[in-house]
Amino acid sequence: MALKFAFYLAAGCAGCEMALVDLADRLIDALGDLEIVFWAPTVADIKYKDLEAMPDKSIDIALVDGAIRLSEQEHIVKVLRKKAKILVAFGACAAMGGIPGLANLHTKDEIFETVYFNTYSTDNPDGVVPQTKCVVDGKYELTLPEFWNEVKALHQVVDVDYFVGGCPPHHEHVAKIVEAIVSGNLPPKGSWITDGKSVCDVCPRNPANKGETRETVKEVKRTIEGIPDEERCLLQQGYLCFGPITQGDCGASCPKVNIPCRGCGGPLPGVKDFGARAIASLASILEDSAVDQLMEKYPSLAKLFYRYSLPVATINKRR
Amino acid sequence: MSEEWEPNIIVIACNWCTYQAADLAGSLRYSYPPTVKVVRVPCSGRVEPEFVLEALINGADGVLIGGCHPGDCHYKEGNYKALRRFKLLHKLLTELGIEPERVRLEWIGGSEGLKFAEVMKEFDATIRKLGPNPLKR
Repeated sequence: MALKFAFYLAAGCAGCEMALVDLADRLIDALGDLEIVFWAPTVADIKYKDLEAMPDKSIDIALVDGAIRLSEQEHIVKVLRKKAKILVAFGACAAMGGIPGLANLHTKDEIFETVYFNTYSTDNPDGVVPQTKCVVDGKYELTLPEFWNEVKALHQVVDVDYFVGGCPPHHEHVAKIVEAIVSGNLPPKGSWITDGKSVCDVCPRNPANKGETRETVKEVKRTIEGIPDEERCLLQQGYLCFGPITQGDCGASCPKVNIPCRGCGGPLPGVKDFGARAIASLASILEDSAVDQLMEKYPSLAKLFYRYSLPVATINKRR
Repeated sequence: MSEEWEPNIIVIACNWCTYQAADLAGSLRYSYPPTVKVVRVPCSGRVEPEFVLEALINGADGVLIGGCHPGDCHYKEGNYKALRRFKLLHKLLTELGIEPERVRLEWIGGSEGLKFAEVMKEFDATIRKLGPNPLKR
C-alpha cells in the first residue's frame, strides 16, 4: 500500500521542494510508493480545510520546510502534527530556523519599519502596515496571519521526529531519505538523518585527507577578497569555513565550487551551540592577529556564526 | 525583588593558577563574596564558549574565566587560545544584547591570592550594579 505523504512550506523559499523535485526520475520511481495527500502551497491544490478534515494519524509521513514565523504556519504545523505519524523538519529553516531566523536579531517593529517604510524601493505614502483584520465595503472581513515576534524552528512549536539539514538538502541525501522512508528503515526518533560525517571529512581539500600538515592561519579573508586557490583548504587560505563542525551530507558541495561552508548542513552530533562551537574551532586555528582581523573585517559575528541556526542557539535572539 | 536578589557568579578557574590562587586566598584568610562559585578546569584553554553560554542561560549573572598569566600556561599556550575564544565570544555576546561586563577573562597566578579576592570583590560589585541577567526566565 502506498505511503500517505504530505509536504508543507512554512517560512522558507521552496528551495527544499526543489531539492525533492531535483530527484527527477528517482522521484517518479518513488511516487509508486507514495500517495501525495497534501503539498501546499507549492504543488498540489489541497486546501487547509481538507487537511483539517483528515482523520488523526492518517498521514504516514509529513515533511515541513521553512521556519515558523506566522500564526498561520504555527496553526498548520500543529494540525499536521496531529494528522501525521512521522513529522520531519526538512532543511535548515525547519530544523534550525535558517536564514529567516536571523530576523531574531531585530524586533518586529524594526523589521516593519525597514520593510514598509525605509527601503529604497518602498512606495507607501499612506503609511500602511499589514493588519490581521480589515473590513472591506463594510461587510467583508478579510484576515491576514499574525507576524510573531520571533522566528522559531519546527521543534520549538511541535514535536519533531526527524531533522534534516541543508539549504536545501543535497538531492543525493534526499534520495537516501526517500529510500529510508519508503523502506521504513529510519533511525531512532528525535535524531538527525545524517551520515554523521563533517564537511571536512568528505572535502577533497582537507589537508588531513591529502596527507598534508595543517598550519595556523595568519590572515583572515572575506570571500570578496581575491579568488581562493581551487585545491588548497579554504581555512588554510584564510577563508572562514565551518566545515569542521557541520554535517557533510552535502558532500562538501560548497568547498568543491570554491565557496566556504556556512553551516547549513546542521551541527555535528555533540555540538550544542553552532556559533559558540564555530568560535571554538576558529580560535583554535587562527593566530592572535588573525582573530583581531576577523573582528575588524566582519561587521556582525552573530550573522556569520549563526547564519542558519540563531533560533536554536543558546541565546536565540537579541535581548 | 531587587532587595532579595543576590548575584550568582560562576568562576571557571584553571587548575594551575587561578584555582591555586583561590586556595591561597583561603589559606591567607582573604575574604571574597559568597556569591562566587568556582568551577575547576584543567586549563583556561579547556573553556568552551558553550560553557559560558550555558552558565548564562541557566541563570548566572556573571561568568569569569581565570587562567595563568601569558607565558605561564602549564600547557604552554592554552591561555592564548582562551583569549582568542574570549575576544570573539565577547563581541558575539554584545551583539546578542548581553552586557559585555558580565563575562570577564582574568589572568590570576597561583601566588596571587590577594588578587583573586580583589577581582572577586570587584566583579561582584560590577554585577550588582548591572543587576540580574536579562536571560533569566
